Amino acid sequence: MQFDKPATTNPIDRLNVVGRPVPRVDGELKTTGNARYAYEWHDPQMDYAYGHPVGAAIAKGRVRSIDTEAAKKAPGVLAVVTTLDVGEREKGKYNTATVFGGDKIQHYHQAVAVVVARSFEEARAAGALVKVEYAPEDGAYDLEEAMDGAVKPDGSDKPDTAVGDFERAFADAPVTLDAVYRTPDQSHAMMEPHASIAAWKDDDLTIWTSSQMIDWWRSDLATTLGIDKERVHLMSPFIGGGFGGKLFLRADAVLAAFAAKAAGRPVKVALPRPLVANNTTHRPATVQRIRIGAERNGRITAIGHQSWSGDLPGGQPELAVNQTRLLYAGANRKTAMRLATLDLPEGNSMRAPGEAPGMMALEIAIDEMAEKLQMDPVEFRILNDTQVDPEKPERPFSHRNLIGCLRLGAERFGWQKRGAPATRREDGALIGVGVAAAFRNNLLMPSGARVRLDGDGMITVETDMTDIGTGSYTIIAQTVAEMMGVDIDRVTVRLGDSRFPVSSGSGGQFGGNSSTSGVYAACVKLRAAVAARLGFNTQDVVFDGGRVRSGDRAVPLSQAAGADGLIGEDTMTWGDLDKTHQQSTFGAHFVEVGVDIVTGETRIRRMLAVCAAGRILNPLTARSQVIGAMTMGAGAALSEELVVDTRRGFFVNHDLAGYEVPVHADIPHQDVIFMDETDPFSSPMKAKGVGELGLCGVAAAIANAIYNATGVRVRDYPITLDKLIGGLPEVA
Amino acid sequence: MDFTSTVSLKVNGQPYQLTLDNRTTLLDALREHLHLTGTKKGCDHGQCGACTVIADGRRINSCLSLALMHEGDEITTIEGLGQPENMHAMQSAFVRHDGFQCGYCTPGQICSSVAVLQEIATGIPSHVTEDLTGTIALTPEEVRERMSGNICRCGAYSNILDAIFEVAEGTP
Repeated sequence: MQFDKPATTNPIDRLNVVGRPVPRVDGELKTTGNARYAYEWHDPQMDYAYGHPVGAAIAKGRVRSIDTEAAKKAPGVLAVVTTLDVGEREKGKYNTATVFGGDKIQHYHQAVAVVVARSFEEARAAGALVKVEYAPEDGAYDLEEAMDGAVKPDGSDKPDTAVGDFERAFADAPVTLDAVYRTPDQSHAMMEPHASIAAWKDDDLTIWTSSQMIDWWRSDLATTLGIDKERVHLMSPFIGGGFGGKLFLRADAVLAAFAAKAAGRPVKVALPRPLVANNTTHRPATVQRIRIGAERNGRITAIGHQSWSGDLPGGQPELAVNQTRLLYAGANRKTAMRLATLDLPEGNSMRAPGEAPGMMALEIAIDEMAEKLQMDPVEFRILNDTQVDPEKPERPFSHRNLIGCLRLGAERFGWQKRGAPATRREDGALIGVGVAAAFRNNLLMPSGARVRLDGDGMITVETDMTDIGTGSYTIIAQTVAEMMGVDIDRVTVRLGDSRFPVSSGSGGQFGGNSSTSGVYAACVKLRAAVAARLGFNTQDVVFDGGRVRSGDRAVPLSQAAGADGLIGEDTMTWGDLDKTHQQSTFGAHFVEVGVDIVTGETRIRRMLAVCAAGRILNPLTARSQVIGAMTMGAGAALSEELVVDTRRGFFVNHDLAGYEVPVHADIPHQDVIFMDETDPFSSPMKAKGVGELGLCGVAAAIANAIYNATGVRVRDYPITLDKLIGGLPEVA
Repeated sequence: MDFTSTVSLKVNGQPYQLTLDNRTTLLDALREHLHLTGTKKGCDHGQCGACTVIADGRRINSCLSLALMHEGDEITTIEGLGQPENMHAMQSAFVRHDGFQCGYCTPGQICSSVAVLQEIATGIPSHVTEDLTGTIALTPEEVRERMSGNICRCGAYSNILDAIFEVAEGTP
């Protein structure tokens, strides 16, 4: 099915199941320990061995030699496979850095060997006996130093945009801001480390792994191994978090495949936690310069955003300027991205790539600008709202209610009680409130599914879609139940298997809307098959209460299925509605903080997000997406930073003790409000993404609240106490 | 030289005798030898809490404990707390409040939650307890402090707290 016209009324609009706070259909499995993640597949017939990965001890250079003799003689060792043994491989389409193979080291902790033994303990011990000799080379590890040599990246990402005459309008504006903001490298730090089990049968590979994108992994694994994609069967039904870190093929899968071949038996490989941050990908640090010019009445006349980031050769820039092209009005605009070569681990997507760090900077700048104009930052944002793409005024937003989010949020939060900076104190803490807009584009991906109706009236849906905690199992079950007019407990959802139709996968907050749309398309086919079998007129056929009705005839679905059952399979593809209309999601974050007047330690006291993201398919799981994103934003604001060793070129704090993500004690009760809306331009579901929206802007709201509390403006994340303490007011 | 030893322990009421590599953690004994994979390995270094189990009534990080140290101990894992047909009140509350997303930290969160309520009830103080000898009040601050060794990167903390309080107050 091609979605090329705005949706009209369809069976989803009944909202008997969709739109309701249905508890997760996989909830019982997950809370009783019965959901099986990649490393946990256990077939009593299989004699599993354990692979322990060895990571490079240098950031750049070559491997001269690898001495595996001691490791091979160690107790229990079955095989050792080195990067020199497998030689240079064709790289997967989605990988920037080589995952495994060849003598070239591109980053610290790049996999150089895997040691296979009968037990985990033996493999780990033998791993320490592998002796690698390197020929190190000098590398560039410091973004601040490499910035001057940064270049305009390839044209595909529109590195430069300009409308009107920014420089002149900025020079002429009576009120201006010109400030530089910094965001650090960040790590996904999902709870389940990357893990795979590989088993060969002749030339066919079966692999259980932890992947957000089944088909991308399958293709790139086949490419890396040099085998036909059809020979790879890949499964990932449960994923212990991804956040972008499991979008692209990783070393665990490649090592497991080579190790299983060498050992002649199935091999389990998990990345040890201390290897994860440097072996895999991360969100790249940025330096961002923002310039805004406005009339005295608060109207923006000029807005400019430049961003510098770094990556390995062949990599990409962090798209930190993109929201600035769309979020606020202004006749004269300009953005630019520059990419420096850095020999750190591969920079790549992490939850809301582009907008997450971009909004961290832009939404402080907007707060600063409002202050210069002596305007309320909520009113300043509302005044500069736009209902059209500011670069192409003939192109409207499909639906945009940023103003509604800001107004409702301000009212619910008690925003009008906000005082001047550094004027409110309670029990030794400086109290402040902050606001920021939330903005993230709505992306659409082709997505397929197969739906089968059986003679017992049960319906099974199969798609290679993944559930990374987002709730895919549940919203897909809701979609099928709504389309086929059955109770949700009549629906079985099977995900994450390369034998199923290729779906959108999970990423870029495209998964929920895209994958349910694919399921919708498959259900339309199944409905037609049911109607055809019964000889019903497809125009007036109604699926409801487990029955299918046409005119005065009504037949139980089970009967329509017949003994052989019926199948509907289709893929949703997308026309040009995302070209004719800008599709984005919007929100407003409100935060209250208390900053200890003596230590400068920030504690978050209240958080509210108001989101406008089209139809909310399940308010329970959608709310969890948003509070989870708000939590990640709290980490981004206050604690998360991969610290770069600029001499040796690696992230120093590469575990969960050193890389500080928020814990229970850091997070207060969180409130989320969804605007009651639909977006018929986005899909037949009329939904949009919501999983990343909640992250975009929240860190800036916290930064702005800290400024309101203390009067100290920090433009360099994370906002740790050392950056505040010198500027705090007198204690008494 | 023999690097193995035999250990007897009771897991979820079931007695087991295991011959293990001496270096085997309790976590790996559960996951790799008993195939009780409900207990998760998030970091293997005592940093994340995903491996939390209850040993002789106290919660521990099973990754920081060798299996051989548990001779004669009674271990309760997430599987032992309840199964889909007879779920523990805390498991049901987590489902109702959506106190998880990806589910990987969840068994540890639930085991910790159950143990935390017990710790508070039996008067074991925490870092934020004001009166070290009196009755400990069940406050959000107490619970959050005690749960802070269990990281949830999906960020379900606010919902987890609601689930814990529902169980503590006995009002679903």
